[in-house]
Formats: sequence, structure tokens, C-alpha cells
Amino acid sequence: MGGVHVLDPYQPGHSVLHAMPAQCKIVAAFGYVICVVVTPVTAGWAFGAHLLVLVTLCAVARLRALLVIRRLALELPFLAFAAALPFVVPGPRVEVLGAGLSRPGLEQAFGLLARATLGLMTVIVLAATTPARDLLVGLERLRLPPVIIAVASFMIRYAGLVVDQMQRMAVARRSRGHEPRSLRATGVLAASLGTLFIRSYERGERVHLAMLARGYSGTLPGALPTAAPRPVQWTLAGGLVVLGAAVAVTARGTGLSAL
Amino acid sequence: MSPGSARSGGPAGTGPPAVEIDGLAFAYPDGRQVLFGVDLAIARGERVAVLGPNGAGKTTLMLHLNGILTAGAGSIRVEGLPVAGPQLREIRRRVGLVFQDPDDQLFMPTVGQDVAFGPANLGVRGPELADRVAGALSAVGLAGYADRAPHHLSLGERRRAAVATVLAMQPDVLVLDEPSANLDPAGRRELAEVLGSLDLTLVMVTHDLPYALQLCPRSVILDQGVIAADGSTASLLSDETLMSAHRLELPFGFNPRHVLTDSGGVMP
Repeated sequence: MGGVHVLDPYQPGHSVLHAMPAQCKIVAAFGYVICVVVTPVTAGWAFGAHLLVLVTLCAVARLRALLVIRRLALELPFLAFAAALPFVVPGPRVEVLGAGLSRPGLEQAFGLLARATLGLMTVIVLAATTPARDLLVGLERLRLPPVIIAVASFMIRYAGLVVDQMQRMAVARRSRGHEPRSLRATGVLAASLGTLFIRSYERGERVHLAMLARGYSGTLPGALPTAAPRPVQWTLAGGLVVLGAAVAVTARGTGLSAL
Repeated sequence: MSPGSARSGGPAGTGPPAVEIDGLAFAYPDGRQVLFGVDLAIARGERVAVLGPNGAGKTTLMLHLNGILTAGAGSIRVEGLPVAGPQLREIRRRVGLVFQDPDDQLFMPTVGQDVAFGPANLGVRGPELADRVAGALSAVGLAGYADRAPHHLSLGERRRAAVATVLAMQPDVLVLDEPSANLDPAGRRELAEVLGSLDLTLVMVTHDLPYALQLCPRSVILDQGVIAADGSTASLLSDETLMSAHRLELPFGFNPRHVLTDSGGVMP
């Protein structure tokens, strides 16, 4: 089942990362992604250093390499775009295997590939070590607007149901001799998606009514209290961001002096 | 008239059985085995209820009948044609599945378009398609509903519309999953009238024992992935030991013997 891990990417475990409260991990992940993004493309070694940090995190969380690689496949569509860059970006050409490729295009493609991979790895570690409900609690502790948290929590709650419904509709279509091969199938798919949208919308209305019936007045009650992060956990999370920032700053320094 | 003798074999008693299942076993990709060697033969024109507790494998069995699921072991034949490979298109025409939730089946903007979906997949076009749609809708008592939106219909109407979407493919075998679920008594009666009027082989997967007694002279009990009992619906429902062994319970106050003596037998 291809879609399952998207809906429930959590991998149970007992590592330091699993034990860390969600808000620490969210801050660390967000901070680290920013460090990766501000690292200049010209400093290739810095991306190696970032990769080393993230591979270490995967090891600490005891994530299987195959699992991480499989989830990294998510970035493939973006990489198709990156692969086109060396051919279409204007600028000085370099000879690679007999083909004239644009030098700035190659740099941009490398930057896209490296940043997307590292950013995605950061998120993979976060999602694999934190159950979805804990992520919501963490976001709430970080004072994200309640409406956004409510939307995210409904999405987590109902995404599985909608996917199930979609699969049941597909079975019912196939039972009536539909084989989605030709271009004509797109019309049928569109009708199915439209119906799915209306049914999800109606379900939303019914859920809302059921919430009103239980006294909902526009604000959801906060999460049940959980243990506050210990100082050492904040230190670990902060340390990770400082490490990423150190790599980024050094890379910028050497990148500038090289110019 | 004795319910046990009813309709077995049907008018066309010759030729291969409508459905012939031989040693069917099936496990889902996650390793959970659901069917452990199901043997079942259903004659043409016969009406059979598949009874059994939740999780017995009833729906899994149903999804094998038109090849949505592929047998792990054993074989299935519909009117002599194996359910496999290149014949699947013809199998799906011959075996019409009506799913429990009509909303899974009805997805087009209007009922008429939805009824046309199946035959159009079979290559039916133009006036013949219009005839099929009109015929199927009137067979389920929904003539004149072609331009209505499915989500504006009652559940009973939607379930009958779901039956129409399958009838329009002119199937030989009609398979229904929990046809009476969540219907009000009038909706149940209307659907029973429609199902009773069809001249087809009927397989009905259900928990609704009175409905099985009303519509199907023969029943089989599927439990733990095998056929645990096979006989006339009246005799199975009257066997209290057998029933409780398979977590089947009649509704409060319902006595199959009284129903049979009161109405003089099973409804046609």
C-alpha cells in the first residue's frame, strides 16, 4: 500500500529523539532546515557536513536506511525539474560527457537537489519519531493559531477515511467494467473526485453539527497537559540548530573569501 | 410449498452452474488469511443468502466473484467461464456487484449518467444506451429519476439506484452486500419487491436473517473462512444450536416457523 506511510509515518521507538517533547523537535527541525537553506551552493563540503548530521540523527532514532530512502522518493518529481536546469539556464557552458551544460544551471540543480534532500530528511526524522497527535500538541505549545491546529487535526483524523472511500469507489468502478487506461478515464476520475469532494464537504458539515450539539462555540479545548520539556532537551534541540548554523556560517565565510 | 424445494436449478437446469467455487483460499497482502477453502455451487436462477458473523470473510468472498480479488488457491467459474485474466471484462458484465454503501457506487452528477456508466464501459452507445438506462431505472421503480442528483435521494432510493447501475449491464448473477442495511421498513419492502421481481441468479451477503428468509430459499453460513452449513434458509434459521455456534441471532420475537406457516412459505 503506497499511501499508508504518508498517513501514518510514525515509527515507534525508545530513542532520545522519540522521548524528546514535540515542541523541541519542531523548533530544531525548522531551525535546521533554515540553516540548510542559507548554506551557499558553492560550499559543497558544507552539504556533506549537513548530511553527516542528519545521517547521525537517523541512526540515533534507529530508522532503517531503506525506510528513509523510500520516503525520500517523495522528492523525485522536484528532481525532474532540477535535472532540466543545466540544459535551460543561460550562462557559461562546461563540457560534461560531450554535452555542453550551463555552469550556473548545474550549481542551481545541485542546490535544489541537496537542499530538498536534506530538508526532507529533517522532516522524515521529525515525523518518524513523533506521533501526529504529539506534533499537534507541540504546535499548540508553540502558540500557533488554534484555527490552523484545528484544521490540521481534522485532516489527520479524516484523511484515512477519505482515502478508504476513494479506494472503495475505485473498486465499485472497476466492478462495472471500468479500466482506467485511456484518456477518457480522466473524465470519470474527475467525476469521482468531484463526488468525493462533495461528500467530504457534507461530512464536514455533519461533523460540525455534531460538534455544535456538544457545545462547540468556536474554540477547541487545549491539549491535555503533558510533561514540560526538561532543560537538557531544549539544550539538545538548540545545540542541533547551533551546529547547523555553524556549518552554514563557515560555508558562507569560505564561500565569500573564495570570491 | 416447502421452502427447501424452491427454485433450485431454476428454469434453465441444464448447463454449467451460475457460480462454481472450488477450494477458494485467500490471504490479504499483509498476511491475514480470510478464506480457507470455500466450496460452493449455485445453480442458475437460484437465490442464495450468505450468512455469517462479522469478519467471517463474506465481503472478501463477494469481491472474488467478479475478480476484484484474485484467488490465492482454488478456482471460481461463472457460467463455466473461469474468473481470471482476459475474461475479466466479460465476468464483470455477468456478475453485478451492489455494494453496501450506495455512495461508493453512485458518483456521477445524475442517476441517469451513473446507470449509463457500466454499459458505456462495455461499449454500448446511443439509443441502446438510453434504452438500457430507462429499462434499469424502471425495473427498480425509479423511472423518471434519470436527471436527479444521487445526493438528493433517500437511502432506499439510492440503494435501488445502485441496483439499477448494475442491472443496466444485463448481468446473469446479481451479488448484493448487506442490501437491507440501514433501510427503513418501507425501503426494505420496496427493495425486496424489486429483488423478488428480477429473473436472475441472486447472491445476498447479509446479517439480516428475516430478509434472507423472505428472499432466499437457500442459505449458506460462512464462518472462519469456510462454508460451515448449507441448506434451506428455513431449516438453518430454525436450528438454534447451529445459529448460536456461528454468532447468528434472530431479532427479538422473530420465529421463522411462524413466518412460514403464516405466509404459507417463502415469498416468490
